[in-house]
Amino acid sequence: MAKITFITQDNESITLEADSGSVMALAVENGVKGIDGDCGGVCSCATCHVHVNPSQVAQAGEASEIEADMLELSDNANEFSRLCCQIEITQDLDGLELTVAN
Amino acid sequence: MKISDIKDPFVEARQQKGYAQVSDQDDPVTMMLRLKDVRKCAHNAKTFSSEDIPGRIVVPSEVNIRTTRQIPFEVDPPKHKGFRGLLDPWFKRPLEDDYKQKLHSIVDKLVTENLAGNSVEVIKEFSLVLQSRALTLLLNTPFEDSKLWISWGTHVFRSEGDALDGDKAQVLYDYLDEKLDEALANPSDDLFSVLLGAEVDGKKMSKEEAKGVLILTFAGGRDTVINAVSNTIAYLADHPESLQRLRDEPEIRGRAIEEFIRYFSPLTHMGRVVKEDTQVCEHAAKADTRISLCWASANRDETVFENPNEIVLDRKLNPHVGFGFSHHNCLGATHARQILSTLIDVFCEKVSTIDLLDAQDNIEHWDDFDRKVGYENLTVKFNKA
Repeated sequence: MAKITFITQDNESITLEADSGSVMALAVENGVKGIDGDCGGVCSCATCHVHVNPSQVAQAGEASEIEADMLELSDNANEFSRLCCQIEITQDLDGLELTVAN
Repeated sequence: MKISDIKDPFVEARQQKGYAQVSDQDDPVTMMLRLKDVRKCAHNAKTFSSEDIPGRIVVPSEVNIRTTRQIPFEVDPPKHKGFRGLLDPWFKRPLEDDYKQKLHSIVDKLVTENLAGNSVEVIKEFSLVLQSRALTLLLNTPFEDSKLWISWGTHVFRSEGDALDGDKAQVLYDYLDEKLDEALANPSDDLFSVLLGAEVDGKKMSKEEAKGVLILTFAGGRDTVINAVSNTIAYLADHPESLQRLRDEPEIRGRAIEEFIRYFSPLTHMGRVVKEDTQVCEHAAKADTRISLCWASANRDETVFENPNEIVLDRKLNPHVGFGFSHHNCLGATHARQILSTLIDVFCEKVSTIDLLDAQDNIEHWDDFDRKVGYENLTVKFNKA
């Protein structure tokens, strides 16, 4: 079971637990504000944009080329940006902190 | 080749040059064909503007049949943001349980009605009916209003054999004027009244602005949804194994919908007006000329999509632009996705197979390019599960 914390633009902190699926699905199922996941997780809409806590970038992993191309033209993108539909939940993510970008 | 296949007419031009030039009513268009170029131009609203003479960014141009600005898609950022902020919550209502249940009931009833008969002509008897009935939910208007919209046919701006029909467009404008006047006199909880009562950036929305939103809602979501639904039915008729797979693996239905949108690309392209001299694909683009963002070509870009000309039902990475890209992405996408999702759920539950009895392709002509966008006629038989 991995504990993942989302911090919304309203500065609300929400910690959720899961052991499988995508981080986007977890956020959408629990109504995390700012994570819409319109395309269901196929890297087409960029409505699940998050900033990874800078000290945990290695833990979250790197964006693929297709994901990076999407992020390049997303509002509020920076070096810590990920689309969380592309982050699969495993035990390795335990303690991850993500700030919702929009 | 199967009847439901849709070829990619842009492949050579996309690979060789990345752009193509087509003529449109004395105002030529340079079509952008590669995914990354399409995205970059869509995102660069300062150079590639949506805010010009009303109707000019649409291809084919509608400058001869309307003067009302369609909102929010003919307004550039930053002004665009205020309108979009007002409209987004309303157009996200299809995610609410109550809306989903009502839509399910509409789709279930229509499919059930057509299970009893021998055959159904999908375009006029199914997709148009479904689109119009579902629109009553999006507008929050009485179900009976759909009867009038169905009588208008599959296009609100076009008639058979006519690219653009000003008289027909006038029918829609007169209808909207009447409905807006009614809403002014007796406000209710439908979209007409909500718009007239709304403020954007501290300013009350005018009747003309409300009309602009409504024209977009009626026209933008009409043949696009009809084509998406009809193409899905043709594909499932041609591929019974896919319908069975969707039945067996409900978890892939969401991915399948995105893949249908990529492959079908219900809207071929959308234009922009160049605001300053620039270059696209090393080709000069002069100020006050038009480019178009060719979603249909971008969605088959072989440098991004593996097997771009195949429908891969569970495609995991699918960065398609079937609903557009950036600021002006499709306002009605949530509603369209919910329609397709509900349709697939109902088919999986009630329909075993679909027999394809007759089909006549609907081909768009863009100078050197002939693109199948859907069907003029599509006759099928739904078999009970």
